[in-house]
Amino acid sequence: MPLIQPLGRLTLAFLEIIGRLSIFASAAISHCFRPPFYPRLILKQMIEVGYYSLPVVGLTAIFTGMVLALQSYTGFARFSAESAIPNVVIVSITRELGPVLAGLMVAGRVGAAMAAEIGTMRVTEQIDALYTLATNPFKYLIAPRVIAGVLTLPILVLVADTIGVFGGYLVAVHKLGFNPATYLKNTLDFMQAIDVISGLVKAAAFGFIITLMGCYHGFNSKGGAQGVGSATTNAVVSASILILTFNYLITELFFSR
Amino acid sequence: MTRTISPQASQQVNQKKSPENSGVKIRIRGLTKAFGPKVVLNDLDLDIHEGKSLVVIGGSGTGKSVLLKCILGLLKPDSGSIEIDGQEIIGLGNDDMEVVRQKFGMLFQYAALFDSLTIWENVAFGLMQAHGMSKSDAYPIAMEKLALVGLGERFAGKFPAELSTGMRKRVGLARAIATSPDVLFFDEPTTGLDPVMGDVIDRLIVQSVQGLGATALTISHDMDSARRISDRIAMLYDGKITWVGNTEDLDTTDNPYIHQFINGLLEGPIQFRLTGTDRATG
Repeated sequence: MPLIQPLGRLTLAFLEIIGRLSIFASAAISHCFRPPFYPRLILKQMIEVGYYSLPVVGLTAIFTGMVLALQSYTGFARFSAESAIPNVVIVSITRELGPVLAGLMVAGRVGAAMAAEIGTMRVTEQIDALYTLATNPFKYLIAPRVIAGVLTLPILVLVADTIGVFGGYLVAVHKLGFNPATYLKNTLDFMQAIDVISGLVKAAAFGFIITLMGCYHGFNSKGGAQGVGSATTNAVVSASILILTFNYLITELFFSR
Repeated sequence: MTRTISPQASQQVNQKKSPENSGVKIRIRGLTKAFGPKVVLNDLDLDIHEGKSLVVIGGSGTGKSVLLKCILGLLKPDSGSIEIDGQEIIGLGNDDMEVVRQKFGMLFQYAALFDSLTIWENVAFGLMQAHGMSKSDAYPIAMEKLALVGLGERFAGKFPAELSTGMRKRVGLARAIATSPDVLFFDEPTTGLDPVMGDVIDRLIVQSVQGLGATALTISHDMDSARRISDRIAMLYDGKITWVGNTEDLDTTDNPYIHQFINGLLEGPIQFRLTGTDRATG
């Protein structure tokens, strides 16, 4: 009995969070397809999510590609399988590392910023002000961010894939002595459309998750600066966990036999 | 931007005012709102007459802000009725409530200006978003409203963070009156201001309300401000209106709640809770 009560309370609290989040997500999605639309705000958010994330995503991708080539070489050299390095790099980057690392970086940068901005608007009554000015915050604040996230993350991941593969190329050619033409030819030969497509689908899903978590935690923040701080932390942590969870689920969907 | 209203809401808007409702802009009956075990508004009744300025006074945590948020549709009451122009607003859907809110203008306690927008964009926000006006049409109106609150064109391109508290309040007032609303709400309009700036804001409020011929509802515990801006005053205590009357009757009434509150007395029917265990709802 003493164990059942706290367990029950925890379960109910968990279900309540799931319920609130589902209602918020369905409202956000429905407002993405209902007028009025705010193309300027969507464009502004796309620049915020995509353009300003390019440096951090690009740096992450290039060093990941470089390390991947280096580590693969040290492992594969034991079995004289060095020629498989381009294959390993392109598959790892396009299927997993590109979308997941870009997603995690954007979650840290953009998800946190969205939660902080919307959270501050909540505690300073700016969201209430939107209501009193006959403007629905879901249309004005949430929908443009969600649309921007879903549209921009795939573009960002394409860039990350390219830079990541280039990182592998740099190490392979300039440090490990690969022939540049052969390396590129092998990379292109091994690359399959499904690898890239699965990565882009993941990116769109991650874009939705990141923006939804940022908006949800910001929109529901309470209690001044401390509340905004908690909202920011929760947005990043929950988005990161969901990215890793959905990464597995989407991989399962595409590649399980 | 055109908005549609449901047949039910439209019918309520168009219905003739009953003699009982005549001259009453906002009619509140049996309004109850609780947060957990704490009942903040308890079967509250209040009429706000058309073209009049009513100030609701009361101590901190007595539910003044909750009352305002219920009227604005930002909080859902547990029970009761709120009619605006004879239209019941409790239970309206989001789209219909947005239509009702087009009648409203609101000055928040700390102005609640949008940080990411310039001053003129803040003032013109309601015109552009809710009324679908273009930037070029909204700009001169925003300038006109800024001039009304004593701010010139040189402030138009600034951001809220660049202004003082008093200036932000004036911009908030300009934003509230920009759409020429029927009803103006003021939440603690003089909080955080020095007495001179408080007086300036009060004069601007009176000027704006009279200029628009609007109905005004203010919540405040600043008695000097309340006297300056009101035609009528209502006292909220323990979730109910304990007194309502004309401003000039404030000093002559024998209501013990009013007597204790306006004189700042510790002795009287108002119990000041010093335990700090109550939820802040003022």
